[in-house]
Amino acid sequence: MNILAIDTSNRPMSVALYHNEIPLIEHTLNSKRNHSVQLMPAIEYLMKEVNLQPKDLSKIVVANGPGSYTGLRIGVTTAKTLAWSLNIPLVTVSSLELVAANLIYSNGLVCSFFDARRGNVFTGLYRAQEGQLAVQLPDQNIAMDEWLNQLNELGEPITMVSPTEHSFHDLVSEKLGDRAKWIRGHLSFPQAGQLVLLGKDREPVDIHSTSPNYHRLVEAEVKWMEKNGRNE
Amino acid sequence: MDQEKILAIETSCDETAAAVVEGGTTLLSNVVATQMEIHQKFGGVVPELASRHHIEQITLVIEKALNEAKVTMDEIDAIAVTEGPGLVGALLIGVNAAKTLAFAHQKPLIGVHHIAGHIYANRLEQEFQFPLLSLVVSGGHTELILMKEHGDYEIIGETRDDAAGEAYDKVAKALDLPYPGGPVIDQLAHEGEETYDFPRSWLEKDSFDFSFSGLKTAVVNQIHQLKQKNEPISKANIAASFQASVVDVLVEKTYQAAQQYGVKQLIVAGGVSANRALRRSIQERFEGTNIAVSIPPLYLCTDNAAMIGAAASIQYRNNQYASLNLNAQPGLMIER
Ligand SMILES: [Zn+2]
Repeated sequence: MNILAIDTSNRPMSVALYHNEIPLIEHTLNSKRNHSVQLMPAIEYLMKEVNLQPKDLSKIVVANGPGSYTGLRIGVTTAKTLAWSLNIPLVTVSSLELVAANLIYSNGLVCSFFDARRGNVFTGLYRAQEGQLAVQLPDQNIAMDEWLNQLNELGEPITMVSPTEHSFHDLVSEKLGDRAKWIRGHLSFPQAGQLVLLGKDREPVDIHSTSPNYHRLVEAEVKWMEKNGRNE
Repeated sequence: MDQEKILAIETSCDETAAAVVEGGTTLLSNVVATQMEIHQKFGGVVPELASRHHIEQITLVIEKALNEAKVTMDEIDAIAVTEGPGLVGALLIGVNAAKTLAFAHQKPLIGVHHIAGHIYANRLEQEFQFPLLSLVVSGGHTELILMKEHGDYEIIGETRDDAAGEAYDKVAKALDLPYPGGPVIDQLAHEGEETYDFPRSWLEKDSFDFSFSGLKTAVVNQIHQLKQKNEPISKANIAASFQASVVDVLVEKTYQAAQQYGVKQLIVAGGVSANRALRRSIQERFEGTNIAVSIPPLYLCTDNAAMIGAAASIQYRNNQYASLNLNAQPGLMIER
């Protein structure tokens, strides 16, 4: 089974090709260039390098949010169009779970987060144990301040991991003190290989209706609802 | 030899569309999922919302286009897509879907200019006669484009401020009419009479450029005055007067340009060409000339992918292909 995995949720872009659980090739870049320009040529390059044709693919796994709206749509559009047109299953995995999975062989709580500006984050809390990752607190869009209060109440050590630039180090120290430990360097970046391992045995999604998990409504809709009442 | 079959995708604004076109002139399928109702309550297209709906529709619409055309991907010769201009987030869905299909099935990829599409919509109805003049009128465009041959575009006039469709939307808003303003004002104008003498902006003597912001201001001021004097406002009469002014300028400038450039054919393209007053007025003005007037049927005037497939056919024959690093180009120019 040849599996292609794609993550374009934030500034890093990661693409991997696996044969079952064996990595064939993986490509991760972290540049300011556009995923829309880079993704398809990257997939084409990887396939060529390992001598695979599109029809040789048997499954697609994509990170479907949260993250940058545009980034997510580039990855998810590519993944769903590929899966649909090749008539192969599509699996989606949380973009936060993907980053947390870098610590899948540790023991304890892992908080992955992406800066969502104005003091907010997209974040989730996972528990790593014996090579498995379980959701502890679901992915959400929340003020970092409020989130850290929730984490503090758990009273457990937490490993913090984020691939996006942010300025939350001081706030985390203030709220969690020594209980917070940071992961820096390459393990704080998404690796599409992890995406394969997380997603390969999961239930496929309905391809047509698949779209990113934005975890946030469109601003115009929020304003409209405030003005007109929630029940339209 | 069989004529080429092109699968075309268009997502530049608020319609998710896919079509299969054969030989640039025969429509095999034309599927459009409109988001009009979704954006209506906001009084205009909300870009983020448009992108979110495109991604939910894209593979469904493509599948439907193939099914209705009764062709498989194997029988498709090329994939075409609108690369711009338009809303960047919306364009990205179509562009990435098209690139993926081109890669997955090893087909040539063609990036198409949205306005070229609007012009080529006519070729699904009638063969072109060069030189031809095209009046492109929509929510985002008011342009006079001269074509001496296939794929060759020269802008000889364009709006200096608002597009005609934009003026319609703004006047509709001032009259508390729903979005989009075009069809509503056209309908109301039909019921009213031209009672206000709104300005016609002709600009410099030899210019084929347009300007609608002065007209829009005059209409808004008129409404304001009537309100202040507590006089009844006949929306129908204001609509009729406003529309008369827009149509006058559009038709006269187009006529003068057609004469000056000695064109054989006039094409009216874009969403506003659905306007009944404009259609009638153009037909009347060009009657008795030897210029052939073509205005596509309504379903080809508004955004669709068949027009993209029609325009792509010319690029296909000239081997003008895009590579897999094709990107959305929100400000793409039509002149090379
Ligand atoms: Zn258009």
